[in-house]
Parts: sequence; C-alpha cells; structure tokens
Amino acid sequence: MARKPARAATRAPATNGRRPNDDIGEEVRLKLYHSQFRIRQAEQRAYDLFLQNLVKGTSHLSLGQEAIAAGFGCAMKKGDHTFCTYRGHAHTLARGVPVEKVLGELMQRDNGLMRGKGGSMHLTSAEHGVMGSYAIIGAHLPIACGAALRAQYKGDKDVTVCFFGDGTTNIGAFHEALNFAAIWKLPVVFVCENNYYMEYTPIGDITAVPSPAGDRASAYGLPKIVIDGNDADAVYRAAQEAFAKARAGDGPSLIECLTYRHSGHSRADPGAYRPKGELERWKKDRDPINIYRERMKQFGITQADVERVEAEVNHEVESATEACKAAPNPPMDILFTDVYADGGWAWRN
Amino acid sequence: MAELTYREAVARGIAQEMTRDPDVIFFGEDVGKAGGVFKSTVGLYDQFGPRRVRDCPISEQAILGAAMGAAMTGLKPIAEIMFSDFFAVCFDYIANEFPKSRYMSNGQLKCPLVVRTANGAGSRFGAQHSQSVENWAMMIPGLKVVAPSTPRDVIGLLAAAVRDPDPVIFFEHKSLYPMKGEVPDGEIVDTLGTAKILRPGKDATILALALMVPRALEAADRLKAEHGIDAEVVDVRSLVPLDTQTIMGSVGRTHRLFTVEENPRLCGWGAEIVSIVADEAFYDLDGPPVRITTPHIPLPAADALEDAVLPTVERIAETVRRSLQS
Repeated sequence: MARKPARAATRAPATNGRRPNDDIGEEVRLKLYHSQFRIRQAEQRAYDLFLQNLVKGTSHLSLGQEAIAAGFGCAMKKGDHTFCTYRGHAHTLARGVPVEKVLGELMQRDNGLMRGKGGSMHLTSAEHGVMGSYAIIGAHLPIACGAALRAQYKGDKDVTVCFFGDGTTNIGAFHEALNFAAIWKLPVVFVCENNYYMEYTPIGDITAVPSPAGDRASAYGLPKIVIDGNDADAVYRAAQEAFAKARAGDGPSLIECLTYRHSGHSRADPGAYRPKGELERWKKDRDPINIYRERMKQFGITQADVERVEAEVNHEVESATEACKAAPNPPMDILFTDVYADGGWAWRN
Repeated sequence: MAELTYREAVARGIAQEMTRDPDVIFFGEDVGKAGGVFKSTVGLYDQFGPRRVRDCPISEQAILGAAMGAAMTGLKPIAEIMFSDFFAVCFDYIANEFPKSRYMSNGQLKCPLVVRTANGAGSRFGAQHSQSVENWAMMIPGLKVVAPSTPRDVIGLLAAAVRDPDPVIFFEHKSLYPMKGEVPDGEIVDTLGTAKILRPGKDATILALALMVPRALEAADRLKAEHGIDAEVVDVRSLVPLDTQTIMGSVGRTHRLFTVEENPRLCGWGAEIVSIVADEAFYDLDGPPVRITTPHIPLPAADALEDAVLPTVERIAETVRRSLQS
C-alpha cells in the first residue's frame, strides 16, 4: 500500500498573510543563503568531478536538501557538536569546514580532511565540532547521546545535533537512543531528513506511520515536530527553539524535516525508481535555493548582496577544485598511523 | 593486605578509578541500585550517586554508543554489558565504531573507554549466556583486550584499562566472581600487555587465560607430583597488547608450548600465539605446540555436558603428560 506524501509536501507553507520569521534579520538571512548556495555549489562540483573520475569510491549527495544543514548550521555555536551520516558533506560544510578539505577527501588526496584515510562517508573535522560521519545506519544516534551526556555531566552548555535519514527511523538504535536521551533529558537534537526515500525504496511503503520520525516522538514523551525542510527560515527557527530547550536543561528534541534529494541514493544510483514528474516538480516548486532567493527579495535584500555572496562561494569552490587537482596522493607513511593512541598500529610487544 | 573475592575486586577497582578521576562515569543495566546481576558493583551507587553510576534500559547499542560519544568528548566512561554474549547485539560499536574512529579520522578523534563484561562458562546457563568471546574482540584492529584471572589483577588491569587512551574490552570471568585472593592495600595499577609467569618450570610452557589459569596451575601441580614434570604456567592476562616477549622467553626455556583456551577451537587466541611461535621461534621447540580448547560446538547447559567440554585439570595434565612422554 504505497503512500504518496511527496505531492502534498510540495505546497508552500501557509503564511496567513503575515511574513513568517520577520525577526531573522538580514545578516542571518545572508548567512543562510551563503551556506545553502555553498553546499549546492560544492556538491554540484563533487558530482562534476565524479563524472571526470576524480571523485573515487562512492559519494552520497544531498542536492535539494541544503536548507536543513544550513538552517541548523547557522543556529549552532562554536563548541556545539555535529554527528552526521555518510550523506554528510552538507552538514560538514555547514559548520564552516573549507570546501577544499571536503573535496580533497572526496578525491582522496593528501589535502583532504582525513588525508584520504576516511573517504567521503567519514568526513570529520573535530576543530569545527564535526565529530564524524557514520556509515552504518543509526550508529551515531547513541553516540550523539554520549556527547550530550558529557555536556550535561560537566555542566557545559553546548548542544549536540544528530542528522539522519528517514530510513534510520526503522533501526533499533534510533529507538534506543531516543529513549536514552529522553530518560536522562540530554541536550541533543535529533534531526530526521525525510527525503521520502530509504535508499531506493519509498519510505511510505515500508513504514507503519506516515511521519517516520514525527509520529514516533510521542513514544519518547516528545512533541511531534514536522517542518518544511526546504525552507531555511523554518529550519533555522526550529533549530533555535530546540537548542534553547536543550540548553535550558529541558531535554532532547526530535525534528522531522520534509525534503527531497535531487540525485540518487549514491553515485551508482540514477534514481530511476521515482515516479515520472516527481523530481521535476520538486525542482520547480520546492528548490530551497530558489525559495530562498525569492525570500531575500521579499525582505529587500539587494541583488548586489546576493551576487556578492555567490561570487564569494564560486571563488571558494573554483580555487578548492584547482587545489585538489594539484594535491598529491596521500603518502604511504600514514598507512600505519593512528590505529592506537600512541600513533602506531603495534598490538604486541 | 586483604582477602577479596574477584567480584569485590571489580567494585574496588571501579571505585579506585572513580575516586581518582571525576571524569570516570559508570553505567550499564542493573549496575546501580541493584549492585549488578553478579553483585560485582555493590556499593558504587551509594558511594558515587546516580549522576556517576547510572542504571540503563536494556539497550546495549545505546550503552556502548553513549560510552563512545562521552569518551570522544572528554569523559572516561566504564560501560557494562551484562553478558559478553550480548556483544552480538551491539557489535557495530565494538567492530566498526570504537576501533576505527581514530584511524578513519586520521587521529582527530579518540575513544578512551572501557567495556566490562561477564564472559565464560561454568554457570550452566546454556549457549547464549556462557560463551567465551574474547576472540571476537581480539581480531579487530584498534581495540585492546584484557582478561584477568585473580582479584588483584582485576583491580590492577581495570585501572590500567581506565587510564588507557584506547578502547579496552575487559573480560571478567563469571565463574571466577566468587574466587578469593589476597589483594594489597592502596592503589593498584598494572600495565596492559604484561603476561605473568605464575609458576616457573623447565619442561613445558602452559599459557592460560581467566578461568583456565587456576586449572592450569592445578594441572601443573599434579604433573609435578605424579609424573615429575615441571611445567611453567603463564597467565596471558592481555591479548591485545600481547606480551610475546614473556611468552617467547618461556618457550625458549622450556622448549614445549601448550595453550589452554576456553573458547571454541576455530580461530582461538592460542592459534595466533602458536603461529607467532612457529614463525619466530620454531627452532626453540622440541615438539609440536598443542592447543587445549573447547570443541567447536555451542555450549550445552547441563552440568555434566558443560563440564565435559571445557578443558579440565585432568585434560590439561593428561595432554601435557602424553605429549612430553611420547
């Protein structure tokens, strides 16, 4: 019994004649646009480089889902922690990691974030609070609980944000982590990016409830929060509310963001299983970049300001691409480093 | 000097480290108010309170995942998995998450935690609560793997594990919990990767771990008394790091090697040690190395059956005698 929720979510949210989120302000709005546009351009470049066989292994793009990473990223503060999945380029970039470092890792060059030892599915930048990208579905939800437990235990005020897809909501670790976070009131925000597909299969075909995260929140004593994940203002607002709750000691939140990925699941997947016209409809009506350009216009941000942001991003992506193409392969001497904390790999004396 | 049981030593070891370092926290199922299903953590909840000693839901993935997240961001968690068999339901953390995060992040992340667990047979619990699974952990690059055999070593090795900057899997043996031993007063801290020669001898080296250590010692006594065979008994104590120096030194003196393993035969830790000795000290050997193990079967529950499959004092002594006298 296939559900068809994607069509419903393509409608713009009702505004009741008022402009929502008036108080976000021009400065934050430009940041939200910068972040979204930067993620879009970097991922589009990753795709281009993949077609040139310069991105190796696999890669999981989140083209079309930029508003979520950008909205949360802009609401996060230095010292907050990000946990994301193998589809984690956007969340990593949204914490301010240089494009060169991300593309370098995708191209498995020595200038990459982990010098090619991790690859696209394991992007990590501890200095930016990006505490790893986890390639086993659901693994990082409990780990995020642990980071939040530390914050609570030490009286630190940082929050932990944990991104995952709709498919994750059917794995055991999701339920264990939500219960854990709820019973101990941990300062962690779980963000479900519901792009309507678990890899190749529509989530509605294989899930007992229409909102895979939102409908399960009550099982952990949490409110149902389902938002438009393609509207960066709505995401930013939801993030701020959840962070305030977490920092006040009032516990976790579970936020379901409705969105849609423009590309397939991974580089091997053209996404041919999607109904005809669905992708085109989302691209035409609900592309977060287009939505936000229009939003900025409504709020009086000048075309010159927008172009300045875009030029800055384009320059970063261009120079990153050139630097990565010129970067060497990782040297053999890192092969046997950092298995153990002494820096080496020896397991016997 | 006090006489403590192995289970009392666990609680003392945890208390020693929690007293020393406020960043050490301890959590698991039934470990707090109930004092642990094996009563190995009695008193900790009263001493350190619910903030530092936490009772968890039956959520092994959440327990190990939370330990990892806390460790990555600055705490020194000790997590308990009630029975080592349950590693199978949270194996992602043991196999994919703890041990690989440092390497995959090129040294950016760290994971200094301890997972304590009750391992091994002897309680007639059947095949899902009695296994010896130290090999599951030993095979994974990035983990350290420890299994003490005495109350004193429980404290010393647990302290070393907590202070270690890497993830350590700490196998307690459930049949050793009631065993008593002399434990010195004051702080005890060992070094990981140090085997101990518990009984010097010149005719054969018997390597053993955990519950097999007292059995090997008794077998050695019997070999001496009944056959005049002087066997050296080495408690391996730590599989990773592995003290090959002490092991090779012993084989170099006795020229014969026997391993006593509770785990099922295939891919047991003894096979790895035999392989190392064959590679690096073949000409020290006067005969083929011999592995004494549990057969490659799931563990039965009935006492007569369980007793029949674990290496016994008789089987150890008889195997060594027959091998040396053939």
